Amino acid sequence: MAGLLADKDRIFLNIYGQRDWGLEGARLRGAWNGTKDIVAQTPEWICDQIKASGLRGRGGAGFATGLKWTFMPKQESERPHYLLVNADESEPGACKDRDILRNDPHLLIEGCLIACKAMRAHTAYIYIRGEYVHERERLTAAIRQAYDAGLIGPGNVHGWDCDVRVTHGGGAYICGDETALMESFEGKKGQPRLKPPFPAGAGIYGCPTTVNNVETIAVVGTILRRGAAWFAGFGTEKSTGTKLFAGSGHLNKPCVVEDAVGISVKQLIEDHFGGVRGGWGNLKAVIPGGISVRMIPADQCDEAVMTYEDLQARGSGLGTGTMIVFDKDADLVKAIARAAYFYKHESCGQCTPCREGTGWMWRVMERMVTGEAEMAEIDLLLDVASQVEGHTICGLGDAAAWPIQGLFRHFRHEVEERITQYRAGKPHVQGATLQAAE
Amino acid sequence: MPLCKVDGVEVEFEPGMNVLQVAELAGKEIPRFCYHERLSIAGNCRMCLVEVKPGPPKPQASCALPAAENMEIFTDTPMVKKARHGVMEFLLINHPLDCPICDQGGECDLQDQAMGYGRDDSRYADNKRAVEEKFMGPLIKTVMTRCIQCTRCVRFITEVAGVPEIGLISRGEDVEITTYLDKAVTSELSANIIDLCPVGALTSKPYAFNARPWELKKTESVDVMDALGSAIRVDARGSAVLRVLPRVNEDINEEWISDKTRYAVDGLGRQRLDRPYVREAGKLRPASWAEALETVAAKLKATAPDRVGVIAGDLQDAESMKAALDLFRGLGVQSTDCRQDGMVLGTGPRQSWLFNSTIHGIEDADVVLLVGVNPRLEAPVLNARLRKRWLAGALRVGVVGEQADLTYGYDYLGSGPKTLGGLARAKGAFMDALRAAKAPAIVVGAGALTRADSAAVLKAAGGLARAFGMTWNVLHNAAARVGGLDLGFTPGPGGKTAAELAGKGGADLLFLLGADEIDTSASKAFTVYLGTHGDRGAHRADVILPGAAYTEKNGLYVNTEGRVQQGVRAVFPKGEAKEDWAILRALSERLGAKLPYDSLDQLRAKLFADHPTFGRIDHVDGAQAAAGLDLGALGGKGEVSDAPFRSAVTAFYLTNPIARASVTMAECAALASGASKIAAE
Repeated sequence: MAGLLADKDRIFLNIYGQRDWGLEGARLRGAWNGTKDIVAQTPEWICDQIKASGLRGRGGAGFATGLKWTFMPKQESERPHYLLVNADESEPGACKDRDILRNDPHLLIEGCLIACKAMRAHTAYIYIRGEYVHERERLTAAIRQAYDAGLIGPGNVHGWDCDVRVTHGGGAYICGDETALMESFEGKKGQPRLKPPFPAGAGIYGCPTTVNNVETIAVVGTILRRGAAWFAGFGTEKSTGTKLFAGSGHLNKPCVVEDAVGISVKQLIEDHFGGVRGGWGNLKAVIPGGISVRMIPADQCDEAVMTYEDLQARGSGLGTGTMIVFDKDADLVKAIARAAYFYKHESCGQCTPCREGTGWMWRVMERMVTGEAEMAEIDLLLDVASQVEGHTICGLGDAAAWPIQGLFRHFRHEVEERITQYRAGKPHVQGATLQAAE
Repeated sequence: MPLCKVDGVEVEFEPGMNVLQVAELAGKEIPRFCYHERLSIAGNCRMCLVEVKPGPPKPQASCALPAAENMEIFTDTPMVKKARHGVMEFLLINHPLDCPICDQGGECDLQDQAMGYGRDDSRYADNKRAVEEKFMGPLIKTVMTRCIQCTRCVRFITEVAGVPEIGLISRGEDVEITTYLDKAVTSELSANIIDLCPVGALTSKPYAFNARPWELKKTESVDVMDALGSAIRVDARGSAVLRVLPRVNEDINEEWISDKTRYAVDGLGRQRLDRPYVREAGKLRPASWAEALETVAAKLKATAPDRVGVIAGDLQDAESMKAALDLFRGLGVQSTDCRQDGMVLGTGPRQSWLFNSTIHGIEDADVVLLVGVNPRLEAPVLNARLRKRWLAGALRVGVVGEQADLTYGYDYLGSGPKTLGGLARAKGAFMDALRAAKAPAIVVGAGALTRADSAAVLKAAGGLARAFGMTWNVLHNAAARVGGLDLGFTPGPGGKTAAELAGKGGADLLFLLGADEIDTSASKAFTVYLGTHGDRGAHRADVILPGAAYTEKNGLYVNTEGRVQQGVRAVFPKGEAKEDWAILRALSERLGAKLPYDSLDQLRAKLFADHPTFGRIDHVDGAQAAAGLDLGALGGKGEVSDAPFRSAVTAFYLTNPIARASVTMAECAALASGASKIAAE
């Protein structure tokens, strides 16, 4: 058996799209099975089960899902409650939600119904990333099937009226932030809102709203069918369950795979992703959770395991669980410079540190790629990154700072060498003599 | 009241305050750019970051964080200092730092706060971003490279002015404030964004490169461009008034002023009457004061008092009207009138011509009926207040009159007196709201009160107000009007009204006290004009006596609420011109009917003695005093016509001689009329 997870324990049985994505196929795989009994339970029971399962948000922040649902008002009022599913998967390296949307959409729709019951909502909106056109078509078709079969919609067989609607974004990374997503959803410019008020108090159209990741919602049905204890039985105490992992970069077989949280980085790469290009010894670094977390170098990859707490202790994070692997041929500086450009391009421009800082960091990074930068600029860059981090309205500022901080934590010497090398034999370059003297 | 700690000092605060306000209560200055008390909170400049316990281990934007009981706020920790340094550095990396050629210099938030909270040098060595200039009309000059994207202008234009014509486009580094299609902003309050702009991105176009703030003598005064009496500060250098800025007056203008208030001042230096003139053989020629006054005196002595008429203009201070009234009544003249437009109000109790709800108090009204008034043009600042209440969902507005864009939604009930008469029996959502209203108010404008059938219109409006318990409000357009009516500057027994005087054969001698808004072309009378500008009144005058404009004299003005306010002299009258009351005093001596005062103080003493309401500076009686007003007694019987009500202000930028002499106002007016032409095509 490759990996930790037995086939019988997989939630996403059609993640490779080899079987029928439609309602019939989904039913054969267990979706919509016993949903009525689950929906018949009280919202408190559902929330308690999810809490007991230890499910944490799969969108990157890793907030406890059951707890998040309990933030919603306990009574329905004239302001309806909403579930807003974040399918704006735009993180470089992340492609897991995409496979759910196109190959197992019914798990998501079923999860929407159950989550709506748990938070007393009657409408779920799914906000799909602008570029996911094919995925939207699949999902829309699946929702149509569910409506036709009376599984959702008013007066459905499950006894909890619930509409599921799809809305299509414009393709901006920032709209993956929950408050920017709500702004964009309302038809406004995708700029994050200030918190407080929090979405559970005033979200879309000023009504109580919970924003959840696609994967978080899609696993809910199976968790409740098989029991919280089953889900909690995987992984560690703080990081439970199974999860979709994706691997990209210098791998022999980059793919999306479901395995237990807590699988080691090495096993994940070796068992599922066909190993690093050129063998394990050729590994240079791994960004374990999408581009916005800090990288970990190869020497730590032997022990590192894919849990929230282990990766956090290494100064990184599980993020979305979608890793980017670099072998020794990779130009890490260039890769991070490209990431810096991405953040500069995707900054919404609303608040000062991110608007001005991302561009500044990118420009310095570009000079580091060629080696034209000055040695003192390394510390300047890190200082600028710390001036952005934690000072912005949303998390994009942090996300822009972390990859750069990760690079310099582990590979500062590479940049220094590059700068020294550039100056060698170029006496006209400022600082060349200084370097030589050192 | 809840307590919290600011830098270790306990502070009591009102629930609902944000951390920034609480820190200010404790005497701590929090730097900020985007936060403004009267605008929605954007929280985007990140300059106001403070450390808060309990809270996350990172600094919080104090403007966007509600203060909570037992919260500990730190405004001076290393974390806060680093955050401020960082934000300031970021703001400056793409700021051109062209302070020496920037009009904001000396009154620039960025400059001040960079001194107080910034680093001593810049570490940014790359090229700065440049942003293309935008066209925002003849009032607002843009240097968009200086913009720090605080979005105060966007929020003001969208929220307060109600014309969403400015926005922030693009993303990230490329964000730009723009008018989208490079059109002039169509708000009458647009220039307030110049004051709001914390940097030199939006500056005053007419004032560009004129002066530095520290060169200016600043005089706190009141505005006369409309009947609100907004609080203004007149900035002058030498003998020239260079600009007018708003002052905070919560009761009237909050801190906004209209574009006319702000920019008509260049008219104070143009077309001015700076010496007396006497008409000789059909042509005006310069004359000495002695000659001019002698001519007038001789003419007055030779004319029977019942053939003399006095008309006071719209910008007159109360003292000059008092002096004129004392002088001419002393001569036996009964034909005195301050109502050039023929408004039917002026007899009966004072409350019948006041805006009794008060400008601040109109915020308490839940239903307002506008009759023959377009507040957006007649009192833009008041209109912003109505919009504010409407935005909050606390106000429902009904309109009888012009169906204009008032920047808020309203129920359009009809256009003319017929609608007004039938309203009491009308059905509809608005009438239901009016019947259910707790504090309804009616606002009647000059458009309804200056018609041939106005007596009947007034009666209908008064009856309606009585039937629905609406507070009676009259919105005037003329700064002098309420003062004039309070003085009794209306025809005495047997006297003629302004319209009769100006008509054919109405008078043999017409004394125009700054009256420019009345057509005297049919009159063959010998005309004396005492005023400031070579405008309509002066063109037909036989003798011109040059007076002082509102920035050139100390004077009392009564606004539409009945609030007496003091205008203060900022500069001296032009050339040989004198203050108006002094001219009348000099004339009285030559007539042998010397007025009993030798100074403005003595004049005021007599004014206060004769008319006690003038002695109560900055006092309003308010709606309570109007409760006893017999609304049924207003107006008179008569046929009403079908003609729709028209707002008394059609050309907003050209309503008085100062504005008509202003080049800036002419540009605005041309643009405003041109814009409507394009729309019609």
